[in-house]
Amino acid sequence: MPQNYVPIFLFLAVVGILIPITLLVARIIRTQSPNRVKLMPYECGIDPYDNARGRYTVRYYIIAILFVVFDVETIFLFPWAVKFKALGVFGLIEMLVFLGILIVGYIWIWKKGALEWV
Amino acid sequence: MPNFVMSYLGSTVTPGEAGNQFWALIYVLIIFTGVSVAVIAMNWIERKALAHFQVRLGPMRVGPHGLLQPFADALKLMLKEDIIPAAADQFVFWVAPLIGLLAAFTVYTVIPFGPSQAVSDMNIGILFMLGVSSLGVLGIVVAGWASNSHYPLIGALRSSAQMVSYEVAMGLAVVSAVLMTSMNEKGTGTLSMIGIVQAQQQQGVWFIFKFFPLGFIAFVIFSIAMIAETNRAPFDMAEAESELTAGYHTEYSGLRWSLFMLAEYAAMIAVSSIAVTLWLGGWMRPFANLLHAPAWDFIFSLFPGLTFGSLAAIAFVGVTRMPAHSFFKIQRIGLAVFAALLGFIALLLLAIAIVGRSADASLAARFNEGIDYVYWFVLKVAVFMYLFIWYRATWPRYRFDQLMRIGWKVLLPISLGVLVVTAIVGVIVS
Repeated sequence: MPQNYVPIFLFLAVVGILIPITLLVARIIRTQSPNRVKLMPYECGIDPYDNARGRYTVRYYIIAILFVVFDVETIFLFPWAVKFKALGVFGLIEMLVFLGILIVGYIWIWKKGALEWV
Repeated sequence: MPNFVMSYLGSTVTPGEAGNQFWALIYVLIIFTGVSVAVIAMNWIERKALAHFQVRLGPMRVGPHGLLQPFADALKLMLKEDIIPAAADQFVFWVAPLIGLLAAFTVYTVIPFGPSQAVSDMNIGILFMLGVSSLGVLGIVVAGWASNSHYPLIGALRSSAQMVSYEVAMGLAVVSAVLMTSMNEKGTGTLSMIGIVQAQQQQGVWFIFKFFPLGFIAFVIFSIAMIAETNRAPFDMAEAESELTAGYHTEYSGLRWSLFMLAEYAAMIAVSSIAVTLWLGGWMRPFANLLHAPAWDFIFSLFPGLTFGSLAAIAFVGVTRMPAHSFFKIQRIGLAVFAALLGFIALLLLAIAIVGRSADASLAARFNEGIDYVYWFVLKVAVFMYLFIWYRATWPRYRFDQLMRIGWKVLLPISLGVLVVTAIVGVIVS
């Protein structure tokens, strides 16, 4: 049923056209007088002393990796959930094995302290 | 009238399914306008409700009871200077709110307001929704990075970490609902949004009550995760104003900032719609399987009219309670006109309910049916919207480490457990 997917592009087009038009209208009617102080990054009144794109904590990176693992796992569960009753006990045990491996990994990352945020 | 306009009118499938792009475009425009109006209304209701929670009056000056405040705000934002910091990446800065908006709005393609009152119905509807709504995080990250300022960057990082953490629990809760759709004779479930509601219709139970309390727990996990997904209080770490001034949109101003606001509220409505579709029976009215006599159908079809009628009555009472001073004359008249408008809509809806009942299978009857579906769906979503405000008024903000702990160490194990127990119960029952 490819025709079901066409309206997605209609929606993208409507939002993608109407919003820039609104921005354009606003650009025409508003005032614009930038100066050097206005264009500085906002830091509660003090002058910024370095570039913001510096280093940040590695925790965010670990969270991103864990997310990929668990989200892909969730995606794997969807086909089984749809066919759940037809697959019956066999499918259930298969899925429990799959989840069991992941839960072992989950307990390991918990013990390793990857989920701690200090 | 051209053929492609008329041919869809008697149809019982969505415009996307029928392949009628003209009506699909009409639906898209209706939904786009409807969501925008809902965001404007939500803006007023949130400020008003928050004010009353805190024993304040809230906006009172612009229009009667501040009803015109959102429009005044919109005008102010349009006229405000739009500042792009010199150090920012101009193009990415420009494109970031657009990404957020596209992600928040494209989701509405598959939201089923009724069995045929949706733009389109894909067989992977719920996957599409989860996928596209999680693209919203891209807009936030990009906005924070492009600003090239400390607060937005920290806000964006926090927000993205929070969103991906809660998405895991959210996805698992959704799987347990999808699992329930396969509890029929064929043994095959569905991922289509309309199909999920129809599964609840066939099984005669909303999934929140199925295998009690399993469905309920999954629902609670989803409703916690969706607050974190949309960066709302008490999980609004991304824009914690006491720490990060405004989080990822600190450097945004004017209309560009309001696009982020629009995207946030649109995303709130979208996730509430997922919750309503999966667990609260979507467009179905309460007790659809217990009280299904035609008389009950008629009584429930009066509800939309009665709702608008009571809103009109509240507005009329507001008119009489306004100060008698001549200074308030224009406000009294304005509120009276607003009340009359609501009353007119109420009468129109009641008339449709009565006409649609007598003439069976006619266009009026179909119209009446459609209004009922949309009404119950929107009512359920509106309850969620009110809850969002209520949470914000009631709970203090979490600390970031607490937030991550709840996501990874509480919600994730519980949602996994619920999924496994639901599967085992499902196998035992069948």
